[in-house]
Amino acid sequence: MMEWLRFIVGGLCILTGVVTACIALYGLFKFRFALNRMQAAAMTDTLSILLVLLGLIILRGFSFDALKLLLIILFFWFASPVSSHLLAGLEVEISDRLKDNCEVESEDRKGGAHAD
Amino acid sequence: MSRIRKDYEKSRRARFLSFVRGDDPVVTPDRTEEWKRKVEERAESDRLENASYLELPDIDLQARERERINTKGVRVFRRIYYVLALVMCFLIAGMLILNIAYMPEFGSATAPTDNEVAERYLEKGGEETGVVNAVTGMILQYRAFDTFGETNVLFIGACTVIILLLHREGENAANRRRKKEAEEAGDTAESDRVTFSPEYDRRGDIILQKIASLVVPMIFLFGLYILLNGHLSPGGGFSGGAVLGAGLILYNQAFGFRRTERFFDEKIYDVLKVGSLCLYAMIIGYYLFTGANGIASIVPLGRLGDILSSGLILPINLLVGVEVACTMYAFYALFRKGSF
Repeated sequence: MMEWLRFIVGGLCILTGVVTACIALYGLFKFRFALNRMQAAAMTDTLSILLVLLGLIILRGFSFDALKLLLIILFFWFASPVSSHLLAGLEVEISDRLKDNCEVESEDRKGGAHAD
Repeated sequence: MSRIRKDYEKSRRARFLSFVRGDDPVVTPDRTEEWKRKVEERAESDRLENASYLELPDIDLQARERERINTKGVRVFRRIYYVLALVMCFLIAGMLILNIAYMPEFGSATAPTDNEVAERYLEKGGEETGVVNAVTGMILQYRAFDTFGETNVLFIGACTVIILLLHREGENAANRRRKKEAEEAGDTAESDRVTFSPEYDRRGDIILQKIASLVVPMIFLFGLYILLNGHLSPGGGFSGGAVLGAGLILYNQAFGFRRTERFFDEKIYDVLKVGSLCLYAMIIGYYLFTGANGIASIVPLGRLGDILSSGLILPINLLVGVEVACTMYAFYALFRKGSF
C-alpha cells in the first residue's frame, strides 16, 4: 500500500513537471517579445525541474542520491533566476523597442540593474 | 534690519538689479585663457595616446637588420637550413610510412587492437592500475604519453593566446609617462589609478554578487570532488578542471578583476601552470623510465576503491585539473581584458 502511494505521488510529480515544461516550451515559441519568452524559459529551469527531481526523490526514497538531487534543485533555484535577471537587464539596456512591448516606468529608471 | 549678505554683490539678484539700473557691469573673471589651455592639453594628451600606437621602429635599425640578413654567410646558412629541413621531413615521413607496412591489416581478426588490447584493459585494468573507472586507467596509465601530449596542447594554446592578446594595463607610452609623472609627484593613488582602468571593473550586479558568494564555493568544492574521484567514478582532470575554471570565471564576472587578483593574479597563474606541467612531465618520465626498463614502480597501488589508491593517477588528475582550470580562466581573461 505504502509503496503504491509513493509511486503514485512520485509519478504525479514527474508528470506535472513534464506538462509544465511542455507549456513553457509552447510559450517560448509563441511569444514574440524577448522578456515574455524569457519568463517562459525560466519556468522550465525552476518549476518543472523542481517537480521532476522531487518526483525522483520520492521514488528513490531517503538516500544519498536523494540528497544529491536536492542539491541540484538548490543549485538550479539559485542559478537560473540570477541568469534570467542578468539577461533581462541586458535586454532592457539594449532593446530599442522596449516601449512598444511593455510599460516603462520612467526614462531614468530604464537602466535598471546596471544603473551604476 | 535684515542681515546683510557679504557676497551680495556677487549674487544673481544683485547682478540683475544692477543690470536693470544700468550700473557698471559686474566684472566676471575672464576664463577664455583657461579654457583654451584645457583644450590644448586635451589635444596634446590625445595625440600622445595615439602616438603610442604609431611608434615606428627605428628606420636605421631596419636598414641594419636588412643588411645583416643579406650577408653571404647568413644566406648560405639559410640555404643549407632549408635543404636540411626538407631532408628531415622526407626522412621522418618515409620512416612512418615504412612502419605502416608492419602493421596488421585493417579489420583483420588477428590484430591485437581488435582482441588483446580491449580485453586486457577490461580484465586486468583494475589490478594493474588500481583504478575503478576503467577510462581513467586507460588514458592516464596505458596511454599516459598521449594524455601528456594533450595537456601540452592546452599549455601551448594558452601561450599562443597570451602572445597574441596580452596587453598589460598602463604599458603604452602615454600611460607610462603619466604614471611616471604621478610617481615623481609622490601621488601613489594617482599612479594606481593610471595602471588600473575601471571600465573592466564596473561594480557588478548586487544580486549576482550575493548569489555568486553562495554558489562559487559550491562549484569549487564540486570541481575538487570530481578531481579527487577521477579514479573511482566518472570524472577526472579534464572535467574537474573545467568546473574549477567555470567557478573562477563566475567569481570574476561577479566581483571583477581586482578582487580576483587577490588570490589569482598573473604570478600565481604562471607558477600553477608551469609547475603543474613540469610535475606532470616528471611523473610521466618516471612512468616511462620504469616501464621501459622493467622496473617495478615503488608507488603502492593501494586497495581498489579507496580515495588514496591507484598510485600516481590521483596526483596526475589534480595536475591536469589545475592546468585545465588555468587555461580556461586565461582564455576568458585575455579575451575580455587582455591581461590577468
